[in-house]
Amino acid sequence: MEFSMKPAQLKIKYLTPGVAVLILLAFNGFVFLALRFLYGLGYVTNLDLQHPWGIWIAIDVASGVALAAGGFTSAALGHIIYKEDYKIILRPALLTAMLGYTFVAFAVFIDLGRYYYIWHPLIYWNGTSPLFEVGMCVMIYATVLYIEFLPVVAERFIGKVNFKGIFSFLNKPVDSLLRTLNRGLRKTMFIFIIAGVVLSTLHQSSLGTLMVIAGEKMHPLWQTPILPLLFLLSAIAVGFPMVIFESLIAARSFKLKPEMEVLSGLGRMVGPLLGIYLAFKIGDMAIRGTYVYLTEVNTQSVMFMIEVIVGVIIPLRMFFSEKVLRSKLWLFVASTLVIIGVLLNRINDFLVAYSPPYAFQSYFPSIGEISVTIGFISVLVLLYRAFVMIFPVISLPDKKLITQAKYAVRGGAK
Amino acid sequence: MATQNRRDFLKTATFLSASALSIPTTHAKASEPEALNENRMGVLVDTTVCIGCRNCEAACKEAHNLPMETSFNINNRDIFKLKRRPDETSLTVVNEYPNPKNKLLPTDVKVQCMHCDHPACVSACIVGAFTKHKNGAVTWDGSKCIGCRYCMVACPFQIPAFEYNKAIQPRIMKCDFCFERQSENKLPACVEICPTEALTFGKRKDLLEIARDRIKRRPERYINYIYGEHEVGGTSWLYLAGQKFSNLDFPVLGTEPAPGVTESIQHGIFAYFIPPIALYALLGGVMWINRRKNSEEEK
Ligand code: SF4
Ligand code: SF4
Ligand code: SF4
Repeated sequence: MEFSMKPAQLKIKYLTPGVAVLILLAFNGFVFLALRFLYGLGYVTNLDLQHPWGIWIAIDVASGVALAAGGFTSAALGHIIYKEDYKIILRPALLTAMLGYTFVAFAVFIDLGRYYYIWHPLIYWNGTSPLFEVGMCVMIYATVLYIEFLPVVAERFIGKVNFKGIFSFLNKPVDSLLRTLNRGLRKTMFIFIIAGVVLSTLHQSSLGTLMVIAGEKMHPLWQTPILPLLFLLSAIAVGFPMVIFESLIAARSFKLKPEMEVLSGLGRMVGPLLGIYLAFKIGDMAIRGTYVYLTEVNTQSVMFMIEVIVGVIIPLRMFFSEKVLRSKLWLFVASTLVIIGVLLNRINDFLVAYSPPYAFQSYFPSIGEISVTIGFISVLVLLYRAFVMIFPVISLPDKKLITQAKYAVRGGAK
Repeated sequence: MATQNRRDFLKTATFLSASALSIPTTHAKASEPEALNENRMGVLVDTTVCIGCRNCEAACKEAHNLPMETSFNINNRDIFKLKRRPDETSLTVVNEYPNPKNKLLPTDVKVQCMHCDHPACVSACIVGAFTKHKNGAVTWDGSKCIGCRYCMVACPFQIPAFEYNKAIQPRIMKCDFCFERQSENKLPACVEICPTEALTFGKRKDLLEIARDRIKRRPERYINYIYGEHEVGGTSWLYLAGQKFSNLDFPVLGTEPAPGVTESIQHGIFAYFIPPIALYALLGGVMWINRRKNSEEEK
């Protein structure tokens, strides 16, 4: 690398037309959310006695957790395997994971019939329940992510704490608090980083255990005792594509030059990881003989084929091609396919495969459910944008060059 | 109107703060599955005797203070044109099916929670809100439930119902085997009212004897199968029928307890916390070695 990269706050304008659209979408979601709290789940969702879980669980929670896997895979790569070259992806991945998990927790909250009892698992334990384990791990992991982010906050504000007016007396104590925390964390951070990776492997896999108990209600194409392993492997495989996907989008919308060298390096690891996932998926299918279900043409078999071919096999082939790894566009396409693949897998696992025995009608999400999900994603993007402006998250080549570089790229794009 | 809303809001707000503050002092331990009581009770449902009078539906509603809609009329046999399921206002329903042996004598099937011996709902519930009692009943504890509806995902008979239209304190509703009545030494309401003795209440092991005996004595009347004897590890409620159970909308299930696979996975991952701790140690080791290598290179 020619210049040393250093995380810095982005100096960009917050409000753009795209941002305005996101705000509208978020507001729309908020309206339906308000109705849910006023009149109950039945009022805004299409859930019924046969279909207790909908897209709020399948997309917001299950896919949310999977797609936030970039946080722990990059922590494993950057901190534990200790590859210095990938340092610049650590903070963006951490931020995504932190925001992602916050939203997963929030999605669980709104989906709970008795949301105000969300803390009950802390005191009423049920060790046989995989949901209990997922809940606890997610709770602890989210806390760990916040702790991991603290040094970034400290870096931003140490020496710059500046409350105005009557709060100005707080300046000194807050500053010294940040300093103490930062000093303490510098020595102990490794504990949290390792804990984060362990917790992730645990709940990523237990999320797969969730549907195992549904037994015969699950279509055999997905129902397998190794579901937890498949969930873990696919989460690991989707981690780096997610980082690549975000970096490329961020680079585009913040008008920066993407670090292609780093991204290609990440991409090079995706192929083998996807390969392992595919091997287990196909191997499991061969052992259990479930390929016979592929000869029937129905929603399940078609969705399975799309999931595996579009979401795994095609990107697998792409990630092994040097041309793809070097091209911004193709790398983006391949990463997007992996993400779609995992998203589809989670939707398939929680919704498509689930065929309740006495369904009078099948489940399709309501406008309200879709609005809330889209609203969530919008707020997530909005917060991400705000965070990279407030905190030094995204690495820029040399601090003094920031403003110049911005104009240089802008000019070049014309 | 405005005052009404305001009052509702206040009620909700008081409720929310009250429930947030009322952190129970008793710390519940992980609910260890109690060994199944040998004398647990059950009910034998003889579908060849049931006449579809639906008195049990009414009695059950009454015993549980559930709303009886004005349209609720047990003499209305048109209702059998549709297949119904137990829901949040009816913990049990009776459905009718054609009888291939005798067109004039349709088969009526009462449906409710099966009170499994190894209940998926008990194993799955995130806060352990379900309990399998000594007397066989599986009941739900509203003070723990958080409304996640995982029990509905888990139940192989798709029994637990949820009050989707309540914004506050929605309940999981299912047959509780008249747990309260039983503790007062009363029969379950449905059993008590049944005019034809299609429902027999007794110890599960005795019921199995009775069922076998009936099959033996009237082989032309019954198929040789007791539904619930082995399904998902056995259920407290047992069924006899004159035709194949799959024709009567009973799910075809294996004999393994529904939570079996999940629990062995969970125990595998968490066996004395060794796997997570081992992983932690391994990662710590890798991290230490790599950091040292790195700083040595820098020297
Ligand atoms: S039938 Fe369903 S609700 Fe009833 S005990 Fe069995 S698993 Fe639980
Ligand atoms: S809805 Fe209630 S009873 Fe059912 S699994 Fe969730 S917490 Fe347990
Ligand atoms: S045992 Fe009690 S709760 Fe269950 S169906 Fe009969 S009357 Fe209803």
